[in-house]
Amino acid sequence: MAMTFAKKKEGIYELDVTGYVCPHPQIYTKKALEKLGEGDVLEVVFDNPSSSESVSAMCDSSGNEIIEKIAEGGRFTFRIRKA
Amino acid sequence: MIIAVSVAKGRARIADPKGKQEEGLMEIAVPKKNIIWAYTIVGGFGLISVITLAMHEYYIYLSAYLWFGFIYGMCLQYGRFCFASAFRDLFAVGVPRMVVGIMIATLLFAITSNLVAATGWSTFHAAPVSFHSAIAGLIFGIGMVFAGGCASGSLYKTGEGNGTSFLVILSISVTQALFVDWGGILNRFVPASWHESALQKGLPDSINVGDGWVDQYLAGYVWNQPVKTYARSLGMQDDTLTGAMLGNAFAGVFIPAVIILTIVYIFWVRKNYVRKLKVEKGGDATLRDHLAGFRDMVMASKRTSIAGLFLGIACGLQMFVIEGLRMKFGVKNAGTLLERLGHDFGISAKGTVFDPGYWYVTTQEAQWVGWVLQKLGMNNMDNIYFGWVNGIPSPAINPADWMSVALIGGAAVMALLHGEFKFKAPTRELAFWAILGGFFMGIGSRLALGCNVGAFFVRTAMGDMSGWLFGLGMIGGAFIGVKIFNWYTERQMAKELAGLDFEL
Repeated sequence: MAMTFAKKKEGIYELDVTGYVCPHPQIYTKKALEKLGEGDVLEVVFDNPSSSESVSAMCDSSGNEIIEKIAEGGRFTFRIRKA
Repeated sequence: MIIAVSVAKGRARIADPKGKQEEGLMEIAVPKKNIIWAYTIVGGFGLISVITLAMHEYYIYLSAYLWFGFIYGMCLQYGRFCFASAFRDLFAVGVPRMVVGIMIATLLFAITSNLVAATGWSTFHAAPVSFHSAIAGLIFGIGMVFAGGCASGSLYKTGEGNGTSFLVILSISVTQALFVDWGGILNRFVPASWHESALQKGLPDSINVGDGWVDQYLAGYVWNQPVKTYARSLGMQDDTLTGAMLGNAFAGVFIPAVIILTIVYIFWVRKNYVRKLKVEKGGDATLRDHLAGFRDMVMASKRTSIAGLFLGIACGLQMFVIEGLRMKFGVKNAGTLLERLGHDFGISAKGTVFDPGYWYVTTQEAQWVGWVLQKLGMNNMDNIYFGWVNGIPSPAINPADWMSVALIGGAAVMALLHGEFKFKAPTRELAFWAILGGFFMGIGSRLALGCNVGAFFVRTAMGDMSGWLFGLGMIGGAFIGVKIFNWYTERQMAKELAGLDFEL
């Protein structure tokens, strides 16, 4: 499945990079966050385990806040609030 | 602080993950079938060890490779240990986690392996040093970014059920096996001096050294280059305590690793650290604050550091164990053991097979394809790589192949136990990147006589000067690869954003 980036509702966006390996999930997450406004929420869906560390570290250093992490059957969903 | 965690069957939800944001860890309840599969894999490897040992005690040599491979797989998966992500994530998204992890693992491996070297039990042989290592590293570095994982990273990700990573391994394997035997049009690109020099090496007639680009590159160029270690260049010996620890481990690994980490801190970490410090305490950062920031950077990912610690210890221990078994059986190479066991197919003209005695990845990948091609009627034993040095024994009795298969198994067990195992078929887009990346890594591996493990990790730790040269090339390759990838992903993103209300 190809990468998809969609607006779910006002201020909430979804980036689905399921099926992608490194470095796609973290690069797409970074690029998507760059497009959002302050306070917007990005829901990133991915299934590449090592990307969870990279995305977490990336948010920590950039100041963006991960407000929720869900892991289910090898599939991860991170909700990130843009700083 | 985690304020709410609900765990259902294979599902974890962390409502406020702030406290664990650096690590990205999530507690996940593991389905029972995962645990059963993990036990099955461990039991399967255990059975192989027991049954083969019952057949003959020599098989314990192969089992030693197998269990070290298993440990490597568990460590790599637990720490998400991938050399590709080290500089790629630094350049692409500013994350230094894996650079730190790799420096820690290399330093620890340097300590354990150089202690082994000081006892005279080391299985390591330094490689010729010249700019070819840096060029090979550059090609390899581009490939690992395209492929989404280095040679060892692709192995452990295959253990996570990742079909794309398996495709990367296939591409590396086939590329190497074909590249080392390829003459024809490539012979035109061999300098006359290499050709003449290769013919003078006195190789047997069965090795057609005048035909094949890699053969003439090896015998006509690489073998003419000097072999250098930091200990020897400082007037010490590799197998003395001072030479091993002071020359190779301290001067060859510790000092360059600290320099690299300092550069990473100054250019990638410092700015954000100072920003956070201002919010928390206010005022400008002092030298003491920066030292604390440096320490925080090193300690940021405990998971990666723990993996690096165990990897470093296991790698050194493997050298010790394999050399001990060689002494016990009175051999210098597994080829002798295989011949004694009656397995004489695919043994090199020197009577050897690939038997590094330490962690290695790419040669055994080339070997199994070489073996298949030989069985299909292609003569793969007339080149230096297979015919003179490494052989192409059946994968079923190839010690290094046992290590790689067990590495995949170890990673699978760790992924199963953490609820992270998932079969994923490659999409057409990812298959393209996997094959292309694997191709570049295959070429780079053969030019360097190793990959991110054999040419960088092991050689660097052992004070071989070619190690850092390959590493510098790999960093340059990662930078170029990230530039290309950024361009590609920007285009993909622009397509997605076309229908949305964003400024492009």
